[in-house]
Amino acid sequence: MSKQSQTAVPAPAGDSGKKRKKKKLGTSYNWQFWAIIALPMIYAFIFAYVPMGGIIMAFENYSPRKGIFHSQWVGLRYFRQFFTTPSSSRIIINTLRLGIYSLLVNFPLPIILAICLNEMRSQKYKKFIQMVTYAPYFISTVVLVGMMMKSMDLRTGIFNTVLKALGFQPVNFFGDASLFPSLYVWSTLWQTAGYSSIIYIAALAGVNPELQEAAIVDGASRIQRILHVDLPSIAPTIITMLIFNSASVINIGFDKVYLMQNDINRSTSEVISTFVYKVGLTQGDFGFSTAAGLFQSAISFGLLVLVNFICKRLTDTSLW
Amino acid sequence: MNSQEKAIDRAAKRAGKGDPLHAFKSESTGEKIGTIVLYLVMTMLVLLVLLPVLNIIACSFSEPQAVISGKVGLWPVNPTLRGYDAVFKYKKFWIGLRNSIFYTVFGTFVNIVMTVLCAYPLSRKEFTARNKISMYFVFTMYFSGGLVPTFLVITKLQLVDTIWAMIIPVAMSSYNMIICRTYMVNSIPDELYEAGELDGCTPFQYLIRVVVPLCKPILAVLVLYYAVGHWNSYQDAMFYLKSENLMPLQIVLREILILSDVDVTMMGSADALARQRGLKDLLQYSLIVVSSLPVMIIYPFVQKYFVKGVMIGAVKG
Repeated sequence: MSKQSQTAVPAPAGDSGKKRKKKKLGTSYNWQFWAIIALPMIYAFIFAYVPMGGIIMAFENYSPRKGIFHSQWVGLRYFRQFFTTPSSSRIIINTLRLGIYSLLVNFPLPIILAICLNEMRSQKYKKFIQMVTYAPYFISTVVLVGMMMKSMDLRTGIFNTVLKALGFQPVNFFGDASLFPSLYVWSTLWQTAGYSSIIYIAALAGVNPELQEAAIVDGASRIQRILHVDLPSIAPTIITMLIFNSASVINIGFDKVYLMQNDINRSTSEVISTFVYKVGLTQGDFGFSTAAGLFQSAISFGLLVLVNFICKRLTDTSLW
Repeated sequence: MNSQEKAIDRAAKRAGKGDPLHAFKSESTGEKIGTIVLYLVMTMLVLLVLLPVLNIIACSFSEPQAVISGKVGLWPVNPTLRGYDAVFKYKKFWIGLRNSIFYTVFGTFVNIVMTVLCAYPLSRKEFTARNKISMYFVFTMYFSGGLVPTFLVITKLQLVDTIWAMIIPVAMSSYNMIICRTYMVNSIPDELYEAGELDGCTPFQYLIRVVVPLCKPILAVLVLYYAVGHWNSYQDAMFYLKSENLMPLQIVLREILILSDVDVTMMGSADALARQRGLKDLLQYSLIVVSSLPVMIIYPFVQKYFVKGVMIGAVKG
């Protein structure tokens, strides 16, 4: 797919004089392109690149009065602080636990869902399932967590009503720290499985039908066709998505975890992004917070580059 | 993109050609079992998605007593509209709704203008610096300064606690800009630019007269992406806003649903205190339904645009 988009429409083979003239015209208009793109560039500079410069704060004892250039330089003190305190190592472990668990569940299952949908012959039922499974994606995180808290309430929630009816003990879902990772991961699956599968469904629809027919003629069973025709055909899409998702092992988003957090599950639910918020904006320890945030974005950027490199070497599929 | 679309059409036609029941009869026994298992699993999946939602809807219409004793299943018990009554009398709900509508409409407008202004020059090969400038934007997708430095920039610009804090820091998403640029490169024939150039059309005129009208399909997709993003986000408001009357709906929802912080005086009914516990639960259920309803009503009509957007996004530039 990427190759297709990269091949620009070939310039019509004209004489060289015409070509030169066109180039000259285009260059003389360059200033207009610059004028058009100026505003977005200023925007990206102020809200993306200036904050990147603010990363220096991770190495200094930032004082608002002295400003970023005159605050006391402390070198790697905050990083040492972050790596040596036991509470920080727990936060890193929590982050990785959620990230790896989430990748193991939320990456392969949408692919399986797409393959199942692709195997369904009843187009109406397939459309219906797709519509139902995409829908939760549009529920806001606040409402999703609100729904979970209502449905999983110890006394009034439907989950416990069902558990009790089946003869099990009711479970205090939000009052048990060991359940937090599962709650987080499986609710994410509930919300995003359908949406994440769209891209694979599109890829599966592009599988060459002649390959399928040839496999059927050769007597391949359904499972064999999936394993030997469908999966190899959509492998580039799967690898691209894997590279995109690799950084999510450490990049646990702030919004959902913060909403699901309470005093009881904090021992497993405190992750880097919520820690950065609390230390930085609530306690005002800017240097320490920036250091923790920098640790996270550096690792996630490094992971992306690394996985991209490995995939490029092994499979010829890569982001850049 | 074109050949891919054709392939999708062909596959769809091929799959839809035969009657599913007829195809089923012609299968071997092993395949039949597979098909039955497949349909059973998919049906269970649909139920897993739908049942919790149906329970919430049923609860929102039920009597408070039945809700707090956990008696409501998939059908309302002693149907009542008191929960909805409480939602509509809750003043903060209306303040939040008003603010959210404003942030969504105005924010999305700014997003679209910025995205087009950025994507258009990057889509033209006549723009000599386009590869370097593309990198400039793509890099921001993968690396950021983090929360505190961004917060300080927004503070220095004196945006904190103004409506602009909800608009300007999120004026454009590089990811959506790349989608837009890819569409412009692939769907607008280069010959149009050459023809325009011969007629003395400048890049700016070409943007207004040719690119924007031809980009309507992708702009529809991006409007949806951006609008849903504005409508559903709460953390920017939590970081950058302080005044109650600037708060978007999601912050009000967080207060009521997550923190369970319901201001009884805002319900405006005198006997509310007496039934506070039950009514609070009912209010929460009804609020979940009311706040998700607008998106869910629009959703089936716009679903195909979202699917299209995902597919264009998958084709990287």
